Amino acid sequence: MKLAKLLNGSTIFWIKVFIHGLCIGWASLVFNQAAYDQLGGDPVEALLHFTGISAFNLLLLCLCISPLAKLLRASPLMKFRRLLGLYAFAFASAHLLTYILFELQLEWYLLGSEIVKRPYITVGFLAWTILLLLALTSPKAAQRRLGRNWQKLHNWVYPAGGLVALHYIWSVKSDILQPTLYIGLLLILLFFRKDKFISATYWFNTKRS
Amino acid sequence: KTHALSYAKQENDNQTLTPLNKVTSHNNFYEFGTDKADPKANAQAFKVDPWQLQVDGLVENPFSLSLDELYKIAPLEERIYRLRCVEAWSMVIPWIGFPLRALLQKAKPLSSGKYVAFETLYDPKQMPGQASVFRGGGIDYPYVEGLRMDEAAHPLTLLAVGLYGKSLPAQNGAPIRLVVPWKYGFKSIKSLVRIRITDKQPPTTWNLLAPNEYGFYANVNPKVDHPRWSQARERRITTGGLFASNRIDTLPFNGYEEVASLYSGMDLGRSY
Repeated sequence: MKLAKLLNGSTIFWIKVFIHGLCIGWASLVFNQAAYDQLGGDPVEALLHFTGISAFNLLLLCLCISPLAKLLRASPLMKFRRLLGLYAFAFASAHLLTYILFELQLEWYLLGSEIVKRPYITVGFLAWTILLLLALTSPKAAQRRLGRNWQKLHNWVYPAGGLVALHYIWSVKSDILQPTLYIGLLLILLFFRKDKFISATYWFNTKRS
Repeated sequence: KTHALSYAKQENDNQTLTPLNKVTSHNNFYEFGTDKADPKANAQAFKVDPWQLQVDGLVENPFSLSLDELYKIAPLEERIYRLRCVEAWSMVIPWIGFPLRALLQKAKPLSSGKYVAFETLYDPKQMPGQASVFRGGGIDYPYVEGLRMDEAAHPLTLLAVGLYGKSLPAQNGAPIRLVVPWKYGFKSIKSLVRIRITDKQPPTTWNLLAPNEYGFYANVNPKVDHPRWSQARERRITTGGLFASNRIDTLPFNGYEEVASLYSGMDLGRSY
């Protein structure tokens, strides 16, 4: 296949440089605008939306990689998956930090009670915790040490995707169009991985009986 | 497209105002889109001339007002009010307008009139949010609101026709809107075409949409949380970017304690 050939060592390197540049560059630009009050009437809300939707975009992009690689028979595509996943985690962390630093302005007792009391924040926080675990176990060394369990652990990216979608649709007041589109996209991507869920339920059922 | 107004200035107010560019670029006006920046982007071609505001229902003297007449019902005065959004942010805005009670006095409500119902213009050609379910946030238009008669007649309740010395920009509810400073912002309905006196509690848009989240009264109350967030504190939008530490306590009735007597004997936790 042509794409697989095109993706040699040096193109992969430059595409990675491009991904770094785009993510870091864009995030710094928006953060700078927010810091200098150039981001609309309420820079806090604008930054919350930007970091949240960017994290979701990157997570969906990351979930595209494996089905795309199969479809196009271009296994080198897999080399971008970890990077995209880590940036999804980075933007999710920026989203959480924006909430803590600029929305709640370090009212820690409120952070605790909001995580417990508000379902949409609970599921968002759970999703971030899963992404944190996946990020921590993303280095090659961790992958080797975890062996077969690594794949099991990293399958949790799918429940994380579902939690992010819930977090999004539960957070809006009434304008559910965009969250619904995102949920549709996520379901399409999950459909490509349906074999995984079938084996996961099989595993679950046999363990129980 | 706005024009200067002549009005009596409010003296001796030392609150820090929210700058004009923030007041006019951070709006919840779903008729023009659900993003806060949408109303400014989509409302610039909005036509307010000709306009007609109809005042009717249980009144002795129903009437309707043209655009020019809106500015002549009563002497215009400046009112610097805090606006507390149900989303836990707030602004301080120098409105220009007149008390709603001046208009009610002209209409002479019958003694059977217990409530006042308000309605926003319905014009999908001009308001893209009304033309598409997707762009309008799923609201069943026209937007409607309501007050109890004693709330409507309270001297603080304002019909605003301007802000910052000029007539209202379209995104802020031109040419005339309600401002009820002790209630969450969604009660302060924009671009009014009808004010009707009724004997029954009128339906209100956000209450119809999510009754467990938005009540008929919607008085600012730090003790009653929105189901999805705390209402105990708020972010006051003035100047400064991300690092402006602008979180302050939310006060009962948004600090307008003089209205508390309207609700004596009511359980405000249940009638939220």
